[in-house]
Amino acid sequence: MTAVSPPSETTPRVRRGALAQSVVDSLVVARRNLLRMIRIPEMVVFGLVQPIMFVVLFTYVFGGSIKVGATISPQAYREFLMAGIFAQTVTFATAGAGAGIADDMHKGLIDRFRSLPMARGAVLTGRTLADLVQTALTLVVLAGVALIVGWRVHENFGKVLLGFLLLLLLGYAFSWIGALIGLIVRTPEAATSGGLIWLFPLTFISNAFVDANQMPAFLRTIAEWNPFSATVQACRVLFGNLPPGFVTPDAWPMRHPIVASVLWSVVILVVFRTLAVRTYRSATG
Amino acid sequence: MPGAIYAEGLVKTFGDVRALDGVDLDVPEGTVLGLLGPNGAGKTTAVRVLTTLLQPDSGRAVVAGIDVVKNPDEVRRSIGLSGQFAAVDEYLTGRENLRMVGQLYQMSSRDAKRRADRLLERFHLADAADRTARTYSGGMRRRLDLAAALVVSPPVMFMDEPTTGLDPRNRQQLWEVIQDLVAGGTTLLLTTQYLEEADHLAHDICVIDHGAVIARGTSDQLKARTGGERVEVVVHRSDQIEPARSVLATYGKGEITVSSHTRELTVPVTGGARLLAEVIRDLDARGVEIDDIGLRRPTLDDVFISLTGHAAEQARNNGPGPAEEARQDLEEDVL
Repeated sequence: MTAVSPPSETTPRVRRGALAQSVVDSLVVARRNLLRMIRIPEMVVFGLVQPIMFVVLFTYVFGGSIKVGATISPQAYREFLMAGIFAQTVTFATAGAGAGIADDMHKGLIDRFRSLPMARGAVLTGRTLADLVQTALTLVVLAGVALIVGWRVHENFGKVLLGFLLLLLLGYAFSWIGALIGLIVRTPEAATSGGLIWLFPLTFISNAFVDANQMPAFLRTIAEWNPFSATVQACRVLFGNLPPGFVTPDAWPMRHPIVASVLWSVVILVVFRTLAVRTYRSATG
Repeated sequence: MPGAIYAEGLVKTFGDVRALDGVDLDVPEGTVLGLLGPNGAGKTTAVRVLTTLLQPDSGRAVVAGIDVVKNPDEVRRSIGLSGQFAAVDEYLTGRENLRMVGQLYQMSSRDAKRRADRLLERFHLADAADRTARTYSGGMRRRLDLAAALVVSPPVMFMDEPTTGLDPRNRQQLWEVIQDLVAGGTTLLLTTQYLEEADHLAHDICVIDHGAVIARGTSDQLKARTGGERVEVVVHRSDQIEPARSVLATYGKGEITVSSHTRELTVPVTGGARLLAEVIRDLDARGVEIDDIGLRRPTLDDVFISLTGHAAEQARNNGPGPAEEARQDLEEDVL
């Protein structure tokens, strides 16, 4: 084999500011993760099966028997339900981010990245950005299925779009929780279950699938302050999906759901991004 | 002046375990240091500290003239790391893997692409460049991993057990690549469990155990301390042990050990293969039937027994495994 170029050879390097480097590095890593998603399509497909199953099950199995607002009507429940399923779906992206990061740790890729002179948070930002793209695609497919089973919006395009943006922001914030879990547990299997288990109580003790007004007082308080409920309520308002006779609770996040949704997402994002980047820097593979 | 890799009193503890217990290293520019030791000796921890992946509890490390703790980002620009597990993304192609690494070294997209093409060519991966790495053989992955570590032609390279798990042919190929690299002026720190590998590639060897350097020197110096070659004979019948013993006594340079259960005799010798031929002729002349005979060189276990008084086996926490394999590998070139 011929000599592998001598070390005297200078490396052409583009000098950028810290922020620009951070953006470029994140995009390089995001591209890598998107390529992986294209080459492992079964992961994207399985990510879709569960929410589609929920749409169908809740619509047809529970739809005729759950009272929302003042009515028991399959159509009212169908419209009520979708914001909940959408929100649950975006938070399930947590498991994907966690499993991906844990897999990278396990395979030694995190070591490789950490030995490179790249921006500190870029490996995690790249991963979460790729998950955001996947979440957006999932939402598009899911909204299509929802339309097929009879979901309708009753507000203008701008409001509906804002609703979906709130969902994406929530999903992005939650993927940082997943990133942190992935860095801590280190095996993809543990990250998948560790990323999902706590999501079930979180998404069920909320207004996602039932009208929280009908819960016992204690649970109702939890549901109303659940970060997850704020986004669900905001989407119902923005989609025009509040059921007839729905009484908006007095809790502040339910009265100001859009602001509450943004606040909750930003707080989760800042806290968990900080923790995850710190953990990444001291990760020991 | 300190060398391209310099460490002084490195200590790193994980809970109760002192993974590094005051390690000093000094690798002059353009030379190769072999860090030799069993699993759990602290080799990987040392590499992780020197490559900025791990903060030492105390001590100082300077790589390419830059302080590892104070200036990790600058160090990362000057080093390449090739790990124990081939750290390539198996769902990316060889070309995509190398381009990504180039871009993360802040090369422009075009430069990264050009560099990737050149490395693929040099590492005989050009034909497989557009296949995902999961279709690669173990040896190809290892070459791709090494290529990734060389994207910026770093002046200082770290290789953590580069040939563990490779078959002899791939090991040989990788050795050639490493030798070319060093001929080009790269300073290299290489960890290995294989004495033979350190012997073959390294100018200097540090033997490390329980987080401390227990011996250092050239391979010849270490072997001299360890005791030299010995002849081992297995005779066909028990009643041939005595005649064999008297033959070996005339050639041996020390005490003959006999295991009557396995009919095996061992004696330290000097004189190498030629002496072995004479021993065989002499045994034959006396009608001793030989089941097996060999000239054994010092193995990792021999080094450990002579340096620490305990076998490498006991120095490990992980049970039998790679070191066992290492010893067998070393004994493959018996004759």
